[in-house]
Parts: sequence; structure tokens; C-alpha cells
Amino acid sequence: MDFTFTEDQLLFREAISRFLMTEAAPETLREIWETDEGRSPELRNQMAMQGLTALSVPEDNGGLGMGDIAWSLMTQELGYYGIPDSLADTAYVGAGLFSALDDNVAGKGEYLTRICDGELRLAIGHQSSQLVSDAHLAEILLMQHGDEVHLVPRAQIDEVTNPSIDSSRRLSQVTWQPTSETCIASGESGAALWNQTLNRGALSVAGQLLGLAQRMLDLSVDYSVQRKQFGKAIGSFQAVKHHLADVAGKIEMAKPVLYRAACSLENNHPLTDIHVSQARNFCNEASALAARHAIQVHGAMGYTWEVDLQMFMKRSWALSNTWGDNIFHQARVQDYVLNSTVDLAPASTFEEA
Amino acid sequence: MKLTYSPKQQAFRLEVRQWMAANVPKEKLPTYDTKEGFELHRQWERKLHEAGLSMVMWPTEFGGRGCDLIDWLIFEEEYYGAGAPLRVNQNGQLLLGSTLLEFGTPEQQAHFLPRMASSDDMWAQAWSEPNAGSDMANISSKAILDGDHYVLNGQKTWSTRATYADWAFGLFRSEVGSKRHHGLSFLMVPLDAEGVTIRPIKALDGEDAFAEIFFDNVKVPVEHRIGEEGQGWHVAMATAGFERGLLLRSPARFQQTVRKLIKLYRDNKVSADRDPSIGVAVAKCWSDAEAYALSAYNTVGRLSNGDKIGAESSINKVFWSELDLLIHQTAMNILGCTGELLTSAPLAEERAYWLQGFLFAQAGPIYAGANEIQRNIVAERMLGLPRA
Repeated sequence: MDFTFTEDQLLFREAISRFLMTEAAPETLREIWETDEGRSPELRNQMAMQGLTALSVPEDNGGLGMGDIAWSLMTQELGYYGIPDSLADTAYVGAGLFSALDDNVAGKGEYLTRICDGELRLAIGHQSSQLVSDAHLAEILLMQHGDEVHLVPRAQIDEVTNPSIDSSRRLSQVTWQPTSETCIASGESGAALWNQTLNRGALSVAGQLLGLAQRMLDLSVDYSVQRKQFGKAIGSFQAVKHHLADVAGKIEMAKPVLYRAACSLENNHPLTDIHVSQARNFCNEASALAARHAIQVHGAMGYTWEVDLQMFMKRSWALSNTWGDNIFHQARVQDYVLNSTVDLAPASTFEEA
Repeated sequence: MKLTYSPKQQAFRLEVRQWMAANVPKEKLPTYDTKEGFELHRQWERKLHEAGLSMVMWPTEFGGRGCDLIDWLIFEEEYYGAGAPLRVNQNGQLLLGSTLLEFGTPEQQAHFLPRMASSDDMWAQAWSEPNAGSDMANISSKAILDGDHYVLNGQKTWSTRATYADWAFGLFRSEVGSKRHHGLSFLMVPLDAEGVTIRPIKALDGEDAFAEIFFDNVKVPVEHRIGEEGQGWHVAMATAGFERGLLLRSPARFQQTVRKLIKLYRDNKVSADRDPSIGVAVAKCWSDAEAYALSAYNTVGRLSNGDKIGAESSINKVFWSELDLLIHQTAMNILGCTGELLTSAPLAEERAYWLQGFLFAQAGPIYAGANEIQRNIVAERMLGLPRA
């Protein structure tokens, strides 16, 4: 029983955090928003140089061979700095899907190497959403068709842009034709791949939501210390303190739930589905309360375009219903608790009782 | 990160499980807030102690088993999972015990800890005073040094277990004219000493759950002070940290209550499902209790890496006290019109235990530091917001 991260995992997180703090500042992200493509090849290259795209690519393909546990720290950093979807979708969820494919799938190793090197952008079309993130820039798309996984070149799809409230999102409706040439997995193994990918996507979002919650809390703490009313910092008033203490509480309680879910996913625990949805629910509650209390503490400033809170608040609202919406994740946990015959004894936290 | 138990941990779990299965009383003991119930709980504690299971994480020389905190969590899971009685002496065993282990002299440890483990001494806490509740630093009860003993005068209140306990521990002002958290000393006081008067306070359920303690020139030997004179606040804050942080309300206790709630829901499913929000609440209770368990394991991991429990202990306290309210409110909603019945009501049967729990849950956000104070601690110490 060891509920801690390794020194390497913690140091890597710290390095990425320091890097994103300077290279992905809010001004930079706002500039990228204004571009048509909404993405910065320079930033992506820099992130690849930092090793982010190599994180979970197997060592045989030149990667670092780390897994969901390491990503549960890194996704929080991606959320905290508002890094657009494409990085996590490609380097975490996409790399995970490719790694889990049969070795005889044509191009598997090559794609993984190119993810590792930061050269490949991919997009994933899962049935949990009618929309696909970053299809416009993707070289290839991994598309769901029932239990089948299809690898579709960008040239074989049509996409219609659908703007989101989160200015960093680039969503498309995608139309395409499944063929036997594009199919790379099917049947039971295809279904298992998609289930694992949904869990990984949900966990990626959970980590990002938690990072977003922390960012909104930090912005609110800064603001409430600087802003004065009645002759003192508004952060000295108990009503404001309690708003922010409650957000801190939600964040702290969500962390171990997220880490356990990552550990379950990495180790194929039989209750991974439940643990992932539980993590999503906790992280989502944290970010939802952070957004609500952050805008309250910011007052009218929080309702403006100018103040950076909007960037993180809107992203948290947008992400909270992706890779399985809230209803899906709530229902998955609820069904397990109410309708299974499992005796949920205190000893059942980590093992079947 | 590896979230599986070692063979040694599994063997320990099995040992505790088997012992509990053979020894936990079949009938629920009467509440320890009655004379009879108090003594029955003391007998249960002695039985636990004889099996070496009373204070598993204490060193063996003090009546423990020298277990680590993971073993302690495993023990708690099996203890509450078996439906074993609540721990009548926990104020001593968990709060004072931890303080003695950290701050006590070897003589104090050798004398008090074994008698606490065996419940030969039963302990009450004596923190609050009529004018020192949430504002605990406003303590005015005095302990004035006179040769080899202190002379105590003043009043404590809300002293849990004090009606029947043998000893109490708390803070007293030992420096005349000192203010706030300066000049306080941490003392252990025998409740049968001359000049001590106990006046029980009936709680919401009509039982003597706590008491006022009056001190009228009570002599306490100087050997009964823990830590240096005037350093009592520092010693007490460490105790308060243990209390909120990990020990007082182990996750297993809530997990067991939630397990019963799930059964209650499943047994009354047709009725409960008339309102879909009941199922939502039951699932949330399970999820929160499990999150609290995960948080405890995570904290143990961080402690073993040399971290200290900080303001997170305040987050814990708010979390479990609010969870306990939700669990019991949900149970009352499922019970409907029989929820109000006392244990003596023929129709109530086992169900009346939910009412007892519901009443006690109301106290959770108040005792061990009101939740308003806990939120202030989080805001000021963790987030760095300015003091009012």
C-alpha cells in the first residue's frame, strides 16, 4: 500500500509547471485564440521538447513509458494553464489508444514515435460526443463506429466548425465513411479499446478540471487580497473566506479520488469504470464550485472579458460535459451503488470485501 | 503508487476480522451516556485490550501492537465493519494518548498509557469554558503553582464523558495576568479529587453525554502537567490536529453507516424511488465516504514521507461532519413516518438507531472546533487570506 508519487513523477510535474507558467501565459493564449487555427505549432514544439508528448509513449517507441498515474499530475497542469485540447487528446488519450492496439496494426509504431516527437496531431471521435475536438488540424482521426476503431486520414472527412464558449476549443461535426481499410480494431477488442479510451478521456478531463479549479481559486485569492472595500481587503471578510475555503476543500478531497482512479486505470482494476466516474464527479464538483465562487468573489470584474478568470471558468464549463457528460458519470456510480448486489463494506475501498 | 495490501497486511486484516466475528456483542450495547452502558463499554474495552487490539498503533510497552497507520486503517475497517461498539474512551486513547506519546515524559507515558489502553482509566476532555468556546484562547480557569502542585479554580463545560470518567485533561491559565494563548498549561486532573464538582448536562437525546466541571481549590501534582509550563497551547494544538486530522473519526465509521444506508435503501427501494433524489443522495454518501477513506490513505502516505498534517485536517473535519448529516438526513427521509420513533417504541425496532445517529450528527459541525472556525483556518493558514 503506497499512495504516493515517485520523486521522478513529482519533479517532472514541477518542471512542466514552471515551463507552462512562462510559455503559456494568459496573454499568449489569448493571442492564439485570435488565430483561425487556434493552435500554436511553436508552443507544441516547445512542449514536445519538454517531454510532454513522450510521457506515455512506450520506451520501445522512444517515449518515457509512464502511465495514467503520471498523467493524473500532468493533466492538472494542463488544466491550470488552460492548454488547449489537442495536446492531451494526442499525447495522452491518443497515445494510450495506439499503445493498446494489436502490434500488427499497420503504422502503430510509427504513429507512436511521431506522437513522441511531437510531429503528429490526431483527433478522436467518440460516440459520447457529437463533436470532435481539433479535427481541423488533425493528420489522422480515430473514429468510433459501434465496436470498431477506424483510423481515418484527414482527407477522407468533412468537417463543419461549431464555435464553443471556450475560445480555445475548436469543435467540428465530422462526416466520414467507415470502410474495411480504415478499420483497425473491432468486436470485443474494439469495444474494450473504446471503453478504456472513454475512461482515459474522462480522467484527462477530470485532471484538467481539478487544475482549472485550482487556477480559479488562486486567481480569487489574489483578487480578494488586493481588492479593498469598507477600508480593508475583501479577503478578510468571513463570507468571502468561507467561499474560498469551501473550494479548497473540494479540491483537496478530489485529489486522492483522481489518483486512485488513475492507479486503477493503469492497472486494469475491475472497478475502473466506477473509479473513473467517481473521480470525474469529484473533480467536476470542485471546478463547478470554484467557478461559481470565483465569479462571486471577483464581483462585476469576473463578468468581464478583460479579466483572465473568464478563460478558466469557461473552459471548466465546456470540459465538464465532455468524455461522458455529467449525467453519464453520475449514473455510472449511482447504478453501481444502488443496483449491484455488492456488499460495500468498509474493507472494500481497495479490494472486493 | 501501489494500492494493494501486502500479505502481512492481509493477514492482519484476517486476524482482526476473525476475532471480531467471535467477540463483538450480538446485541448492541446501551449508550455509554448511561451508567450501565458506560460500564458495559468499559468491559468491552478490557476485552479488546486483553486481545491486544485496544490501541494497535501504540508501542507494545504501552499496551499496543506497534502497528503502522495503514494497519490502523485496516483495523478500523474491520472494527466498524463488524458492527463493534463505539469507543467510549476515545478522548483519552486517541487525543490525549497521541499527545502523551509526543509530549509526555517517560514516567507519564509508562503510568498513563497502559491504564488508558486497558480503560482502567477513563478520560474526559475539558477544553471549553462558558466564555471560551470557539474562542478557545479566552480560557480563564486558573492553575496556580504552589510548591509541588497546582491549585485549580474555575469552570469547564461541554466535557464529553465527564459524567462517568475517572480523569479529565485540558488547558488552564497558569500565569497570572497572561492573555490569549500565552501562559496556559496542559494538565491532567483526577475527577475524584477534592474540590471537583461534576454537573451533568442532558444532551438532545436526554442522556448525560457531557458535563460541567467546577474546580474549587483542586490540588494537582506538578507531574500531571504535559509539556512545559506556559506551553499548553502548543501542546493542545497538536492534540486538536490529531483530533480533526485523522484519528477521531476514522473513515470506516462512515463507510459502515453508509453500508447500512445502502441496505436501508435497497430494503425500501419502491418507497424510496418515489423521489429520485433519494437514490442520488445514497450514491453521494457512498462516494463521499469512500473519498474520505482515500484521503486518509493518501494522508498516511504523505505522513510516511515526512509531511505533517496541516490545515487539511480542518478540511477533513468539515467534510466528515457534513457527510454524517447527509447520511442521516437521507436515512430519515427513507424511514418516513417511523423516523421519529425512539428505541422504546415497539414499531421502531432497529430503525431507531438511525434517529440516534441523526441526533448525534447535528453535533458534528459544532464539536471539535465549529465548522466556521475550521473554514477560517483553511482560509487563513492554507490560502493566506488576511485575518479579520
